[in-house]
Amino acid sequence: MLWVDKYRPKTLDKIIVHEDIASNLKKLVSEQDCPHLLFYGPTGSGKKTLIMAVLKQMFGVAVEKVKMENKTWKIDAGTRTIELEVTTLSSTFHVEMNPSDAGFQDRYIVQEIIKEMAKSRPIITKGKKGFKVLVLNEVDKLSKEAQHSLRRTMEKYSASCRLILCCNSSSRVTEAVRSRCLNVRVNAPTEEQIITALEFIGKKEGLQLPSGFAARIAAQSNRNLRRAILTFETCRVQQYPFTNNQVVPLMDWEQYVSEIASDIMKEQSPKRLFQVRGKIYELLINCIPPEIVLKKLLSELLKKLDSELKHEVCHWAAYYEHRMRLGQKAIFHIEAFVAKFMSIYKGFLIATFG
Amino acid sequence: MIRVIILDTYAKLEGWFMSLRSTKGTCNNNTNLLTKGNYYACRPKQVKDVSHQDEVVRVLTNTLETKNFPHMLFYGPPGTGKTTTALAIAHQLFGPELYKSRVLELNASDDRGINVVRTKIKDFAAVAVSSGVHHGIYPCPPYKIIVLDEADSMTEDAQNALRRTMETYSKVTRFIFICNYISRIIEPLASRCAKFRFKPLPEEIMSSRISHICNEEGLNLDSEALSTLSSISQGDLRRAITYLQSAARLFGSTVSAKELISVSGVIPEDVVQALFTACKSGDFEKANTEVNTLIAEGYPASQMLSQLFEVVVVADISDEQKARICKRLAEADKCLIDGADEYLQLMDVASNTMRALSNMPQELCLD
Repeated sequence: MLWVDKYRPKTLDKIIVHEDIASNLKKLVSEQDCPHLLFYGPTGSGKKTLIMAVLKQMFGVAVEKVKMENKTWKIDAGTRTIELEVTTLSSTFHVEMNPSDAGFQDRYIVQEIIKEMAKSRPIITKGKKGFKVLVLNEVDKLSKEAQHSLRRTMEKYSASCRLILCCNSSSRVTEAVRSRCLNVRVNAPTEEQIITALEFIGKKEGLQLPSGFAARIAAQSNRNLRRAILTFETCRVQQYPFTNNQVVPLMDWEQYVSEIASDIMKEQSPKRLFQVRGKIYELLINCIPPEIVLKKLLSELLKKLDSELKHEVCHWAAYYEHRMRLGQKAIFHIEAFVAKFMSIYKGFLIATFG
Repeated sequence: MIRVIILDTYAKLEGWFMSLRSTKGTCNNNTNLLTKGNYYACRPKQVKDVSHQDEVVRVLTNTLETKNFPHMLFYGPPGTGKTTTALAIAHQLFGPELYKSRVLELNASDDRGINVVRTKIKDFAAVAVSSGVHHGIYPCPPYKIIVLDEADSMTEDAQNALRRTMETYSKVTRFIFICNYISRIIEPLASRCAKFRFKPLPEEIMSSRISHICNEEGLNLDSEALSTLSSISQGDLRRAITYLQSAARLFGSTVSAKELISVSGVIPEDVVQALFTACKSGDFEKANTEVNTLIAEGYPASQMLSQLFEVVVVADISDEQKARICKRLAEADKCLIDGADEYLQLMDVASNTMRALSNMPQELCLD
């Protein structure tokens, strides 16, 4: 079992990173009722952990017995019937799903499936909770229509159903939905908190941690706890006992991106652009999300640039990332960014050195 | 007339909370609004429940009793009581027994494509109703009501299909449209209705409402928290109550301004100032760190943009600088709506702000 899963706190009491949020949530669910909840925060900040802990607090251990279900729903949409396959993870008390999986038909998921589920009350009403909990992931990826239909569903079935929504950025969730939920901002853990967590795991595993080692992992993790723990485990596999100057491995794709960045800095020509294109393709077919590639590339390039160029490069990165969202094929836009960068940089070099 | 309706709204909202307190018997699962229940379950079902001795409501009730009920269009920002008013009127007209057969309520969660308009709405509208029925105290006028909530999310085709239906069956069916933006209702529909605008509640009325609720619910709210709450909810009473309710649930009966801000998702003032100062300093790295922290703390970028805008507008800088910053703010907002990455957009805004503040040229010139 990976350490990430092994040391995931199971109850609200055991949570060490977001203690204040946990204690507030505990107060909240200890009363009979609970409002709809919306958790938002960057990846690896512990939203899922908090949600599972809240569910456990509400319903007891039974929520851990989950089964995966793959069900096809037939939805009658006026003239035609739509078939949608949805994967849900459910226990007696809660259902977890990812409505945005249905793509542009997510509206039907919200309108029909959630209505359907919300209508039926849980059979076992032991524990006095007369409602089910629906956990919806990635609500920020839901279409506008789907979010609009969600708002009424939330009101209408509030007697038998509570929603827990989870997303990365609450700016893509409509105001109407946000105002119906209790918003919980889950901030990324600070580096000190990550160090504490790593030391906690180290102690449990009986490892000797040289001083400063945890701090180095934490500094590299970008305040992402999940990543820090994964890196920690990788280090453990690579070399144990830890030494003071052990290299904390970067993710391989990150190394690859920084190689690309130095390639670009070395030479600005169509030929080089062609080579870079191949490398970016390599990244994309390995399922690295294009916006992450672009962001990483930007941050690598920014490290090497003069400050007067930074503004310009930053602007174009934002410009091409936006275009990438609107467009279909990511490679065009990343390549366009690289070409733009090359032209700016070359122009700068010529202007400075002649 | 508009003034009348606004006052009416306040009266209803007031009554709404009163009725929440007084109808313990009828509200089966909720006895205490802020600590237990969900207030949608307890919307007032009758105008008279809502409207204690208020002459304004009498005006409205009179028009209803004289059966002079035009098609109506309620519009205004969220949380001003549009849906509540419409539902209360319908309930008061027909009472619980006839309500189901006389009132059709449709909103965005129901499918409202052109097919539904052509079949469901038309069928419902076409049914004739008897005039002589009287159920106790309810007037039961000889027409049905169709409430179309969130009508601005209906497609233009669907709205067009309604035009004729409204006229043909106007004897037996009256429509109430409810929307946030009247501009999204097609002109032919809007011109067939009596329009009522619901204004956002002014701050002093909000404050008095909130402190009233606090008294009723036994909450402690100091004056700072009270003014914070009225300002962050921007005239939306529902939002104010939701914040209050959330804060009360999370933090207990004494609520401070800081706690209200934390549940509302508004970014604390010092965080916004920190970014603005970083931009003023002209140090790119500083701004970069600041933006990275913002993202890691999970603050929504769109909120950041709107709060940054407020800072920029009152800041002591030249008009041209303000204009440059605001232009980019608007562009970034659009990009965020399109789903662009928050970090990159915020970074772009920050770098642009920095250039504007230090009077660097917009474009890079390399000569």
